[in-house]
Amino acid sequence: MSRRSLAAAFPHTVPVLMGYLAIGIVFGWMLASIGYSAIWAFFMSLTIYAGSGQYLGVELLANTAPLADVAVLTLILNFRHLVYGLSLLDKFKGMGARKPYMMLALTDETYALLSNLQAPPGVEEKEFYFTIALLDHLYWIAGSVVGAIAGSLIKINTQGIDFAMTALFLVIAVEQWESYPSHIPALLGAGATLASLLLLGPDNMLIPALCAIVTGLLLLRGKLDEKSEGGVAA
Amino acid sequence: MNPTLYALAAIAVMAGVTFLTRALPFLLFGSKGDPPRMVLYLGRVLPPAVIAMLIVYCLRSTSFAALNGWAPALIAGLFVAAVHLWKHNNMLSIMGGTILYMVLVQAVFV
Repeated sequence: MSRRSLAAAFPHTVPVLMGYLAIGIVFGWMLASIGYSAIWAFFMSLTIYAGSGQYLGVELLANTAPLADVAVLTLILNFRHLVYGLSLLDKFKGMGARKPYMMLALTDETYALLSNLQAPPGVEEKEFYFTIALLDHLYWIAGSVVGAIAGSLIKINTQGIDFAMTALFLVIAVEQWESYPSHIPALLGAGATLASLLLLGPDNMLIPALCAIVTGLLLLRGKLDEKSEGGVAA
Repeated sequence: MNPTLYALAAIAVMAGVTFLTRALPFLLFGSKGDPPRMVLYLGRVLPPAVIAMLIVYCLRSTSFAALNGWAPALIAGLFVAAVHLWKHNNMLSIMGGTILYMVLVQAVFV
């Protein structure tokens, strides 16, 4: 990473710095509240590097969820990333040895920066993208480690801190509600999951709910596809 | 399973699957060919449905037997949604809502 690309990239990443520190600190704190040390927070943020995925991860670790459930839940939560990659195919051409890292680092925020930014004159383009991705990743790691250390040192009553996950998903839902052309997918998701909870109980609700959601969305494709055209994937 | 081994395995699964979802488009469609329209369609409509699903999942232990089983989550949830609609500030909405919830369950609805 050259000094020139660092100077060009850093100002664009400041909003991500603020956001990742805050959300990372809460993640680390939640992780500490279920008895995991800062080393675990570092390790998770280094290798998984997904905000909502790691919030859900705390819940899964706390409940010792079966590994198959961990895999399926992570897959569906991150399904949106499939779309991100599709729109960056051209930008990532010629990244060479850095390409696998660019894929690993493709979070919502980094995607948003990369898809909207061009390297300024005099800065090598691929270097610029790589620097942005790396800076964002460092912010996330720093936030989660700080949160985990704070959580292990500051002994307050943490009862209720797991509500941060609900709050994060509510925030995402509000953003989606405002930006999506149709509210049917969100309402279908809530309705199918509620039905599954009432019918099957809290322990076995997710996979059946997900099957119902995918089936429902495929059945509604004729109606929703034209509406969603040019939406998020644009 | 030993708790440390379980945690390592669970983190490895999360990391592997997350990487896969981010890398798959490049592996499948990197050189040529367009992705199937069904994949594109699901990629567009699935995210809001999944987030709604996870909100219900987060609130699955809500009990309606007594006031303290549901009031804190309802109040804090409405706070998060309202503040986010108003300010669109992730930090304020998430941290504010969480602190409010913690105060409600620890000190108000005990």
